[in-house]
Amino acid sequence: MIAEIGHFALILALAVAAFQTLVPLIGAERGHGQMIASAVPATLLQLILVYVAFAALTHAYLISDFSVQNVFENSHSAKPLLYKISGVWGNHEGSMLLWVFILASFGGAVAVFGDNLPPTLKARVLAVQGAIGFAFLLFIVVASNPFARLNPVPIEGNGLNPVLQDPALAFHPPFLYAGYVGLSVAFSFAIAALIDGKVDAAWARWVRPWTLAAWMFLTIGISMGSWWAYYELGWGGWWFWDPVENASFMPWLVATALLHSAIVVEKRNALKVWTVLLSILAFSLSLLGTFLVRSGVLTSVHAFAVDPARGVFILGILCFFIGGALTLFAWRAPALKAGGFFSPISREGGLVLNNLFLCAACASVLIGTLYPLALETVTGEKISVGPPYFNLTFGPIMLPLLLLVPIGAQLSWKRADLFAALQRLWAAAALAVGLGVLVLIATERGPWLAPFGMALGAWLIFGSLADLANRIALFSAPLPTSLSRLAGLPRSSLGMTSAHAGLGLMIIGIIAISLWKVEHIVAMKPGERADVGSYTVQFVGEAPLTGENYTGRAGRFRLFRGEREVATVVSEKREFKPAGTPTTEVGLYQTLAGDVYVVMGDRTADGARVVRLYFNPLVSLIWLGALIMFLGGALSLTDRRYRVGAPKRKLTAAGVPAE
Amino acid sequence: MKWLLLCFLLLAVPAYAVQPDEILGDARLEQRARDLSTGFRCLVCQNQSIDESDAPLARDLRILIRERLTKGDSDSQIRDFVVARYGEFVLLKPRLSARTAILWATPFLIILAGFAVILRRRKLSGVPAESALSAEEQKALRDLSS
Repeated sequence: MIAEIGHFALILALAVAAFQTLVPLIGAERGHGQMIASAVPATLLQLILVYVAFAALTHAYLISDFSVQNVFENSHSAKPLLYKISGVWGNHEGSMLLWVFILASFGGAVAVFGDNLPPTLKARVLAVQGAIGFAFLLFIVVASNPFARLNPVPIEGNGLNPVLQDPALAFHPPFLYAGYVGLSVAFSFAIAALIDGKVDAAWARWVRPWTLAAWMFLTIGISMGSWWAYYELGWGGWWFWDPVENASFMPWLVATALLHSAIVVEKRNALKVWTVLLSILAFSLSLLGTFLVRSGVLTSVHAFAVDPARGVFILGILCFFIGGALTLFAWRAPALKAGGFFSPISREGGLVLNNLFLCAACASVLIGTLYPLALETVTGEKISVGPPYFNLTFGPIMLPLLLLVPIGAQLSWKRADLFAALQRLWAAAALAVGLGVLVLIATERGPWLAPFGMALGAWLIFGSLADLANRIALFSAPLPTSLSRLAGLPRSSLGMTSAHAGLGLMIIGIIAISLWKVEHIVAMKPGERADVGSYTVQFVGEAPLTGENYTGRAGRFRLFRGEREVATVVSEKREFKPAGTPTTEVGLYQTLAGDVYVVMGDRTADGARVVRLYFNPLVSLIWLGALIMFLGGALSLTDRRYRVGAPKRKLTAAGVPAE
Repeated sequence: MKWLLLCFLLLAVPAYAVQPDEILGDARLEQRARDLSTGFRCLVCQNQSIDESDAPLARDLRILIRERLTKGDSDSQIRDFVVARYGEFVLLKPRLSARTAILWATPFLIILAGFAVILRRRKLSGVPAESALSAEEQKALRDLSS
């Protein structure tokens, strides 16, 4: 019964979404006050209905109602509670419902927190949100019903893919989707602005916090996914340039560009057309990501053809929104007035370069992901595009961008003095080069990229700190003055400093694991020792293992540094009920200097265990850096100018005649 | 990542990639073998190199590469041999050809095009980079500062 309520709520939500799209849009066109005002209650009603549907599916999972096909296929009564909940979105139908759930939540947030928006703009934004919601609800209702029943009712379910039964992965999809879908708000604002024919500083100030929030979710979602891949897949790798990863990385790159260009619109009223285009592109890439992951087109062109209904449906949604938005853009963008001029050497100029490099980097990921598909479709020829391609294109594009980050942050608006900017950074540059030289000496014959990469990371970190020190006149004014200045700094500027420094930490981590990883593959019998990095690992022995829904073997390993024992780690091989699917748990000893990563493999013919040992230097900095970038975003989001709200637009725009 | 997973799950008994018995005694040859095998795609997996793959086919190919290396083949000879057997699809780094020129060039062309657009816009709009004040503004400024 509850499943039917959920299904019914979805259908009602579809109808409400249709209303939410059409009525406010027509109202805004005609200046009809009541029609405009209907946007908010319609949005909230859609939100409630989608929540009911989501709650109904969650309920079915919690009570293991195997009469619902989706639950039967993806759950098992012996599964721990956390994974019963995460099972809701660990499958195609449920993840689409989560998508719509988050979309409705963002729509609701705009309806509730958008008090300072001009009513027509708000109505149009909510209408576009409604249209997106309508398309995906239609998809769910027509082609992807999560509430389909089974008869006869099976006694037990098939279980969730055991590799997905992990805390980091349980919350990876919600964060990632919050990022994907959060970009829909920027998209809706862009469409509304194009219809409105007006983009100004106030518009940018409304768009930016939503983009920032989406960017934060994407940052945390992507890094959770990579953290999971690092310790769960057991290959010691953390990023594979896998198409599914790329699908989430592309919106992140464009959202990062958008964050920066929206500042230019807000502060200088320039780059307006470009920023609107970026808002459209960012969400378009989110839609593309959804399509790529959900249609199965990536597995192969043929997998797509096997179950075309869903793929074609999402492709249709994709074409409608991207095509429609770009057409509207081509038609209306010329009407947007160009804004303030700036000299090439200025903060604006720096941000333009930032956008150019980020978009080119995104293009390299996009073409690398889609080219094999396109080539096969057109010529039938099959090629592969793997990590070497991305290292050779994405890498060199990001390099100049990263070098320019500290300099750009020093430039003043409109026209800047490059020499003065560089002068403020001499200490940071000296420290970075010093570190590079130290690395060069320490690793004489090591890869030449290492000293350079370390210096680059240090340049970003020290450059950010130098910026902060300059702002609060640390060293040039008495300490109390500096501290009071620190307290008075806008949070957005602190946010920028931390995000850039976090990026520097991440670069150091990436370079370190890429170039200095130590691997030792060895067959070990209990009691035997093997070296990895500066550690010695002793295989103690193995014992049987029983968990809530799996059995397996646990191998114990003692870690020594010199003769001193530092830790014991356990690597497990698990077999999950009901199918006996095997997984591996990595034995991980983490320090800031690096991780010892122990994976127990198969038994060899003579009774030893194959053991893979890794020393991954500085690898935690990758996720620490991501966390600091996230916190930087959070700091920026609490900036005073968002809390006090946007400046009022001129009366002509704000005042909407009632009828 | 899901595809990696899928590949991973399809194999009933995961045996992690390179096995101890495959490793060559000569460290330099072994390093070449590793570098080569990270560039070949595992044909029964999704987007995984044979260096990381658990599939028996990947293991056979790893061993084959090592046999050829010990016989004294060069890296490019081995690459040609593997491509002749399995086609261009096996290369994770597609070779530059008429078919892949677009793939390799696009990211860099975008940067060039971006710079071109920026320069052209500056010319067209005749940006008053050093826009001098008009006579009226000069007068206003004098009035203000006096």
